Amino acid sequence: MDISPIIISMKTASAAIALTFLLGLVVARWVVKLQSEKAKMVLDGILTLPMVLPPTVMGFLLLLVFGVNRPIGRFLLEFLGVKIVFSWSATVIAAVAISFPLMYRSARSAFEQVDQNLVMAAKTLGMSERQIFWRVIMPLALPGVAGGGILAFARGLGEFGATAMIAGNIANETRTLPLAIYAEVAAGNMQTAAYYVIIVMLISFIVVASTNYFSLKERKYTK
Amino acid sequence: MRLQVDIKKRMKGFSLDVAFSVEGEYLGILGPSGSGKSMTLKCIAGVETPDEGRIVLNDKVLFDSEKKINLKPQERNIGYLFQNYALFPHMTVEENIGIGLRLPQKEKKQKVNEMIEAFRLQGLETKYPNQISGGQQQRVALARSIVYKPDLLMLDEPFSALDAHLRDQLQIEVLELLRLYEGGVLVVSHSRDEIYRICKKIVIIDQGRSVLFGDTKEIFNQPRLHTAARILGCKNISRCEIISSHSVRAFDWGLVLETGRPVPENTKYLGIQAHDFCLLDVAPDDSVKEHNNVIKGRIKRIVEGELEYNVYFSNGELEDENDNSDLIFQVRKELWDNRKDKENLFLRIPEQAILFLA
Repeated sequence: MDISPIIISMKTASAAIALTFLLGLVVARWVVKLQSEKAKMVLDGILTLPMVLPPTVMGFLLLLVFGVNRPIGRFLLEFLGVKIVFSWSATVIAAVAISFPLMYRSARSAFEQVDQNLVMAAKTLGMSERQIFWRVIMPLALPGVAGGGILAFARGLGEFGATAMIAGNIANETRTLPLAIYAEVAAGNMQTAAYYVIIVMLISFIVVASTNYFSLKERKYTK
Repeated sequence: MRLQVDIKKRMKGFSLDVAFSVEGEYLGILGPSGSGKSMTLKCIAGVETPDEGRIVLNDKVLFDSEKKINLKPQERNIGYLFQNYALFPHMTVEENIGIGLRLPQKEKKQKVNEMIEAFRLQGLETKYPNQISGGQQQRVALARSIVYKPDLLMLDEPFSALDAHLRDQLQIEVLELLRLYEGGVLVVSHSRDEIYRICKKIVIIDQGRSVLFGDTKEIFNQPRLHTAARILGCKNISRCEIISSHSVRAFDWGLVLETGRPVPENTKYLGIQAHDFCLLDVAPDDSVKEHNNVIKGRIKRIVEGELEYNVYFSNGELEDENDNSDLIFQVRKELWDNRKDKENLFLRIPEQAILFLA
């Protein structure tokens, strides 16, 4: 059995979650702070779109952005010498694009559920905005934020459609576990596919179990 | 402490228009639930911004829409005890008290320990807010808001979250603890009792508007405005007309009352506190009745309270009654049960009990 899909998948999912986590937090914080309800609604719709669109549509859109004949893709290629499509970085971009809404939405609702009275109290106690964020909002939102991160990680790990379109299925380079399972089944190697399936199931189980562990542990003070 | 507030704020389905200026150490804001008391506090604390107006505490301008001054809550140095205490649930008692202090570790620790001792929270230092009782939570919140010596301490319905049997005891306790603190105190409440006991000066707010402000005792004794009288718990209020310098006609009750003192010219309403009627034992003859503000009551219903009866009645000589014709007479149980004349109800309204209201 070729273990390269496992390694590629772990690398991709890890890089993707690092980006998604930060991006999701920053964007969620920004949207929550917006004053205009209308702007919030529109932005929320756009930011959630990747979650409800078929992954192939996202793949198509990503190709429009990063394709070598497109402005951004060409710029990256000509000035920085970076070719995105059909490279490992494309697997990361696909995973980020698809998993971002999960992170963003979890973080947003976690931030919104923090009791505003606590934030007001913190202000009257003279805490700076930064202190309030790190010492009040983040700790209270952490269970939701962490849950979102774990879901986003799992989604990134399982990403197939957009990855296939923008990164292709190049063995040793862009072939992640889901793509490897597809390729092995297509080639009639059910045995190998089954090994990959078991590995994916194992990782997913660990992820879900750790979500539950997290939410229990974080809430010790509410009991 | 001197506090000047003159602010306007429009919100969905509600507008706030509050103006008052008071001086003294213990101020109260009294008003029914939903009258805009908490919003007023939030504007003073700076966690909400009024659309326009001015807020000045002592000589410090906190907010001035014309001069574009709007100090951040962090710069206002105002302590705020929230209705639900707003303790940080993920921090221990110790951490909650110390969170607002910007001091070196050692001094901070010492300061926090002083507060813990003064507020009798020893042994609870490492407990989380949900592990201690409501009264203890309140003491933690109070300690947290006065540890950094704010210029003004605002208490939002400080006792409403507590069980009735704890309330009286805690009121005394809290007043005792507040002695540790030297700045001004502003209490918001819908309870007349609470405000009367705690505050020397009050502001009355109704439906987002400040109705009246001034000395507590004076206002309780002579509310001057019918809206204020209603909020202060005066149950009997009637529209009236001035007949002469010493007599008025109360339309809703169908009564002409002798006032014994000059009627202020702006009087449009009369008020009588439910416990101010005098129960007469025997039916008075007509001449006595005429000059002594006696009503022959028609009893509608009697509601039994813990210590007293509330007797709902109207003037027996009034022919066309309206919604406001009913009066309430509050009487001690033994006095009512032992009355001699059980057939009739004769009540006298003492001259000095008549409230002239605009």
